[in-house]
Formats: sequence, C-alpha cells, structure tokens
Amino acid sequence: MKTITRTETFSYLPPFTEEEVEKQIEYILRNGWMPIIEYTDRPGPDNHYWRLWKLPLFTAKSPAEVMAELRACREANPDCYIKLIGYDPKRQLPAISFVAYRPTEGAA
Amino acid sequence: MTNKAYEPGVKLYSELGYYDPDYRPADTDVLCCFRVTPQPGVPPHEAAAAVAAESSTGTWTVVWSDLLTDLEKYRARCYHLEEVPGQENQYFAFVAYPLDLFEEGSLPNLTSSIVGNVFGFKAVRALRLEDMRIPPVYVKTFQGPPHGIQVERDKLNKYGRPLLGCTIKPKLGLSAKNYGRMVYEALAGGLDFTKDDENINSQPFMRWRDRYLFVMEAVKKAEAETGEAKGHYLNVTAPTMEEIYERAEFAKELGSRIIMVDFLTVGFAAHASLSKWCRKNGILLHLHRAMHAVIDRQKNHGIHWRVLAKWARLVGGDHVHNGTVVGKLEADRQATIGVNDLLRENFIPADPTRGIFFDQDWASLPGMFPVASGGIHVWHMPDLVTIFGDDAVLQFGGGTLGHPWGNRAGATANRVALEAIIQARNEGRNIIAEGRQILERAARWSPELRVAMETWKEVRFEFEAVDTLDLARSGD
Repeated sequence: MKTITRTETFSYLPPFTEEEVEKQIEYILRNGWMPIIEYTDRPGPDNHYWRLWKLPLFTAKSPAEVMAELRACREANPDCYIKLIGYDPKRQLPAISFVAYRPTEGAA
Repeated sequence: MTNKAYEPGVKLYSELGYYDPDYRPADTDVLCCFRVTPQPGVPPHEAAAAVAAESSTGTWTVVWSDLLTDLEKYRARCYHLEEVPGQENQYFAFVAYPLDLFEEGSLPNLTSSIVGNVFGFKAVRALRLEDMRIPPVYVKTFQGPPHGIQVERDKLNKYGRPLLGCTIKPKLGLSAKNYGRMVYEALAGGLDFTKDDENINSQPFMRWRDRYLFVMEAVKKAEAETGEAKGHYLNVTAPTMEEIYERAEFAKELGSRIIMVDFLTVGFAAHASLSKWCRKNGILLHLHRAMHAVIDRQKNHGIHWRVLAKWARLVGGDHVHNGTVVGKLEADRQATIGVNDLLRENFIPADPTRGIFFDQDWASLPGMFPVASGGIHVWHMPDLVTIFGDDAVLQFGGGTLGHPWGNRAGATANRVALEAIIQARNEGRNIIAEGRQILERAARWSPELRVAMETWKEVRFEFEAVDTLDLARSGD
C-alpha cells in the first residue's frame, strides 16, 4: 500500500496529543455538532466514504465519551486512519473533520 | 370609467407618478437603493423620479401610446428619499420595480433596465446603485452557483478550514512547461488550488492547450504525492463563446476539477452559459472580477460591488473574488464582511453598518466561496480567519511564490500557519491577541513558516479605502 503523506485539515501540524484531540472534541460539543468517527486503510482525494465506527455519537455529552470510542476504534483497526468529524446537520456538512490517529508505526 | 385625454408635451417625472412616497413596495418588487447627485437646480425628488422613470417605463416626453396600457402596473416608483449622511447634495433614493418588467432568469435584461441609459441621464450629475433586493420569486428563476459551498466541500473532502490558493506569477510570459512546474510545486507543498491570472488566456508564449496539458500533469502529480484533492483554475476566458466551450471541454477531458472565467469581461450572458455548462458537467467554477473597480470604486457613480456580487451569485459561480481588508487591494472592512454574508448566507438582514440596505432572501440558492486575494501573507492569517471564517478561499500569490526557498516551501508555510491558527481558534484562544505567539510557536518546528515570517515581517498596506460607507438607515 502506498503511503499517504497528507490527510487534509491539520495534517500539516505535528500529530495531535490526546489532550489536543480532546480540545477539538470540546469545540465540537460546544457548538452542538455531532461527533462522528470514520476509518479507512485507503485515504485519498476521491475516497468519500470511509467506514463508520458505529453510528454518529448523537448524544455524546463529554469529550471522555468520544475519546473512549476513538480508542476503541483504534484498537479494533490499528492499521487504519481514524477520522473525527463534527457534523452540522443544519448545513449537512462536517463543520470540522480531521484524522485523529494514523496507522501505528510500520502498518502503512 | 372615463379614458384620459392625450396631453402631449414634457411633464415633470414626479408629476407622472414616478415619485410616490405613499407607495408600499410589494414582496415581489425588485428594490433598488441609488445614490443620486442631482444637477444644480433639479430638486432631489424630481431627480429620483427621473431615475425611476428612465429605468422603467418613462421617456423624456409623453407619447400617445402611453394611454394604450396601464402604466400604473409597470411604472417604477421612488418610494423613499433621504439625504446621504455627511455628503452635500447626495440622496439615497429607494426605487421599487414591478416584477413584470423583467424577463425570467435574465441578468442582461435586469441590468439593461436598471443600470441602462439612466446612468448617463442629464438630470443627474452622478448616480450609483448601492444595493438591490432581488425578491425570492425572481431569484427562483435562476439556478445560481453550479455547485455551491456544500457540494464543493463534499467533492473535495475539505472541511473545517478556509481553502488555500495561489495565483501563478509572473502574470504573463512563462512557457507552458515552466508554468506547470510552478503549479506542481505550490500544490505539492500544501495548497488546495492554484490559479491562472485573469489575463492568462492564450498568448503566443503559452497557448491554452499546452498550458492545460502541463498544468493537469502537475495537478495529478501533486494529488498522487499528497493524497489530497487539488485543483488549478484553468482560465477559459476566450474571444468567443464557441472557444470558451472548446477550452472548457478540454479541461473536462483532462480531468480538471475546476475552471475559471472573468465574469464581467466575458459578459453576463456568456457567464450564464458557462455556469450552466459547469453544473451539467460537474466542474467547479471560479469567477475572477477584472473590470469591477472601473464600475464600483467611485463613491458617487457606478454600481457598488455588493450588487455585482449579488449578480454573480444569481447567475452562479462557486468562488468569486472579494476584498481582503488587509491586503494590497481596496476594500472597506465592514462592507467586505457584508458582501461575504451576501455570498454565503441564505438570508441576510438589512444592516446599514455593513452597507446592506435591504433584507435579502436567497430562497436556498447555494452559497459561494468568497476569495481573498492580493498582497496577503502568513502574518495576515489571524485577521483573515477572523474576517472570513472557514468558508473562503485565501489566495497567497506573492505570499507563496515569493518565499526565499520557492513555492513548495511557501505553500507549506501558508498551510502550517492556517492550520495552527484554526487549531488555536477551535481551542477557544483569541487568535487576534495571541496570533503572533501562535505563529511563532508553529515556526519553531516549521522552518518554512519561520523563513516566511522573517521575509514579510514589515509589509503593510495602510491606505484609507476610497469607497467607504456613509451610514444610513435601511430602506424597508
């Protein structure tokens, strides 16, 4: 598999720490957006449908809940890119979307 | 009923019903706010009535065939008049036009009426169209942007941040192969888009077909290298509509995601045709606005940019250039922010502090990305993100290509600066107050950003805008 160097928003920053990911989750929840977790082993410009991790986290209230799901997704899919989305149903758009975890070392 | 007698001769427009302060505009009327400077000796209400008359049913003399129709139904009326605050002998005239005056879905028709002969009319010394309320019933006869912000983001997989672009320079004179190199470096370095300049069409040094081929090789390479969607605005502006279509078709054949046109210089009908072509073919459309400043820069005469921008959205593009506030090109801050809203939002309330005289309801017409371009660089990033928010394209031309290490590094510097600012904003930090600190911290691990910050540390463009707002209350 070809190594993907970039994955859109925040992929030009150093990988986020857990604390930094949590701050973005706070931003999502503060705005009333819906956290959604998606994953794939084939990111790319025209891959619009990554696999959903469960359903959107409609009722998530705290960053801890979302972090727990992110970790669970990562454990189940260590070779995958895992994306966190803050979805705005009014605009039918992710208001924020970034890869929170990249595959573990060597997997890509 | 008794028919009126034919009374030939010249009458005052205000006596013929074109000035009617008791008229209440209908929801279906097209409303305009004009800045009228009457000729000496012409009372303001007569000048305003003349504007309403000459842009609708009136002419200089009464004619017998006026009596063959019901002019009450077709006449435009000045329904409100007020002095422009702080200006001598200038008036805001609010004019209502019945919907029947306009052909469905035709910007040429709307403009031939409202900004036609009347702008050269002798009774007014100067005339400016400040704003236009396009009623939803008329909006619905247009389709607007070929795709709009939402579809463009979905197509490109880009969310939660402004998009980044760069116009390739020098504006003129590069060969097709050298030009493609510039595109490749900028896109591979981290920009989303590169752009043909407005006057790059098909000159002897670089014919369009050669440019398209080299540019698209560059775009595909940058996509493969980065894993991100990339686009180059291939300029299809050409001498004839047939040639515009030929270039657009070739861009599509090569797999370009986006093309561009200069919507004012090709003309409104050509723009409309291309907008429909883009929707039909799934290609994004970027609008350049060369010639706008000829029309919109003078305060007392012409058409305000906010009206041209509304027309651009009505006929449709996915991007259009707007002022930057902070760069090298003219723009009043509040007016620029007002236009951003007019381009992006579905309902924009009247707000005199932003120069918006009327409520505008777009009736779900898709929104378009405003493009900020001209003399901007990494230091402007906190301001740009604050002014434009996420739904904008920030274009750094010199601010990418002028990087001491070249455009790949320049592109990376811009992308890093943008993402660092967006991350901080989302974390709830004050990006204006802490902007320098945020950028300096990112520059510690990004040498590209550090060098860009050193290069453009002192560059400012601090001139007063010529076209400033004269604050007035709203017209409806």
